[in-house]
Amino acid sequence: MKYRYLKDVVTLKLDQSKCNGCGLCLEVCPQQVFTLENRLSSITDRDACMECGACARNCAPGAIYVRPGVGCAYAVLMDKLGIKGKCCGDVCGCTLEGISEY
Amino acid sequence: MISKNRDLPLYKNDAVSCCSNSQEQEEEMSYVDSEGFLAGIIETAINQVARIKTDLTAADKIGSFKARWGVGRMSYAVAPGIYAVGQPTPESPVLVSANYKLSFDSLRKELSGLDLWILVIDTKGINVWCAAGKGTFGTSEIVRMIEKTSLSKLVNHRRLILPQLGAPGVAAHRVKAESDFRVTYGPVRAGDLPAFFKSGSKAEPEMRSTTFTLADRLVLTPVEIVALLKPLAGLALAIFLLSSAALLVGGDQYRLAAVIVQTAQILLPFILAALTGAVLAPALLPYIPGRALAWKGWILGMLLAVILVVNAYSSASWLLQGSYLLAIPAIASFLSLNFTGSTTYTSLSGVVKEMGVALPVMIISASLGAVALIVSFFI
Repeated sequence: MKYRYLKDVVTLKLDQSKCNGCGLCLEVCPQQVFTLENRLSSITDRDACMECGACARNCAPGAIYVRPGVGCAYAVLMDKLGIKGKCCGDVCGCTLEGISEY
Repeated sequence: MISKNRDLPLYKNDAVSCCSNSQEQEEEMSYVDSEGFLAGIIETAINQVARIKTDLTAADKIGSFKARWGVGRMSYAVAPGIYAVGQPTPESPVLVSANYKLSFDSLRKELSGLDLWILVIDTKGINVWCAAGKGTFGTSEIVRMIEKTSLSKLVNHRRLILPQLGAPGVAAHRVKAESDFRVTYGPVRAGDLPAFFKSGSKAEPEMRSTTFTLADRLVLTPVEIVALLKPLAGLALAIFLLSSAALLVGGDQYRLAAVIVQTAQILLPFILAALTGAVLAPALLPYIPGRALAWKGWILGMLLAVILVVNAYSSASWLLQGSYLLAIPAIASFLSLNFTGSTTYTSLSGVVKEMGVALPVMIISASLGAVALIVSFFI
């Protein structure tokens, strides 16, 4: 079952003219946002994007743009209040820690 | 159990961190004593390498439990470096992992019967996903650890297998350019690694997607509960003092037992509100209608408030009832919104958007609820 978050909010952009068809964005995306069509990457499920930034970081030709960030209200709040050092493994549960990652 | 492990190398980290106190980070970290998970030493081309066990001991499980409840969580780290699993050779694959003990344990327990190397990089005791977001599980740290450990002398291939969830911090093409090692992104879950190796180091689509099961959601709630204890204790004290003040102002005889009973009665709905937002909303997440997490929490909170007001608290004053109807949904909504940090699917843009709407509503609703609560003592 796929969770759905808010519609039409993410910053993800793809410039197909720069795509070399390597397919690494499909590989690193944990949300299956991309598919390969005619040997070019294509955004087929934009609203599923969680803006982790893996695709853009691993796109050698720089065809993908996304403002990466953690979708964590607590981190956003602390940032707005100017409080540093109060997130990630400190007090919050932190994304995906429950999954056996390595 | 936690000790400074001097015989294993310590590495300073210069990676950019988004939200940590860099002053603190500069201090030398202490690591979990490696005795508990070592299974001997093997001789290699680059010197002795520690071999690790692939089964978890009771101490490992207790350590995980404590970390889940926030005890000693920030120092639950293993020393960065190279570790061996089974009987690895220079041809054996190299996995890359974070040095958070919980990540390290969840990796090694899936590796029984396999022969490979693990390159543990210094993520300051943070798990792969969070460290990748901060950049500590990143290109420069991997490249530096490859050099520090002389990995190119230990193995005669040039391949690294990274957890897919490390990808937000790592540029595969830059690792290749800077170290000559080619990055392959492995499955999201360590449990899929044996199947991944069987299929010729190819991750099937189902190995590539995150899941977010009931167990995944609930395992993250203890830390949230611990974080609630302090505010709830503060609220209990405030209600106790208000209750006492009301008695004294009213000129009644002060009876401590009565004040304590009243405090408990008034406090209970707030405790339930906190549990609703921090535990029930995460547990029921996919079944609550709507998309915004603040909304999901608000619905459950409102449901709780209405149930309380028409049942157990039907004879309470209208001000106290009003306070519950205003404050409980706000509390549940806020805590549910906080759970965005634990989900596997919320985006920063989405969180910012829902906070823009939800926070003002919560603040107004909770403030009015607080005023109603205070006034209810004196009318």
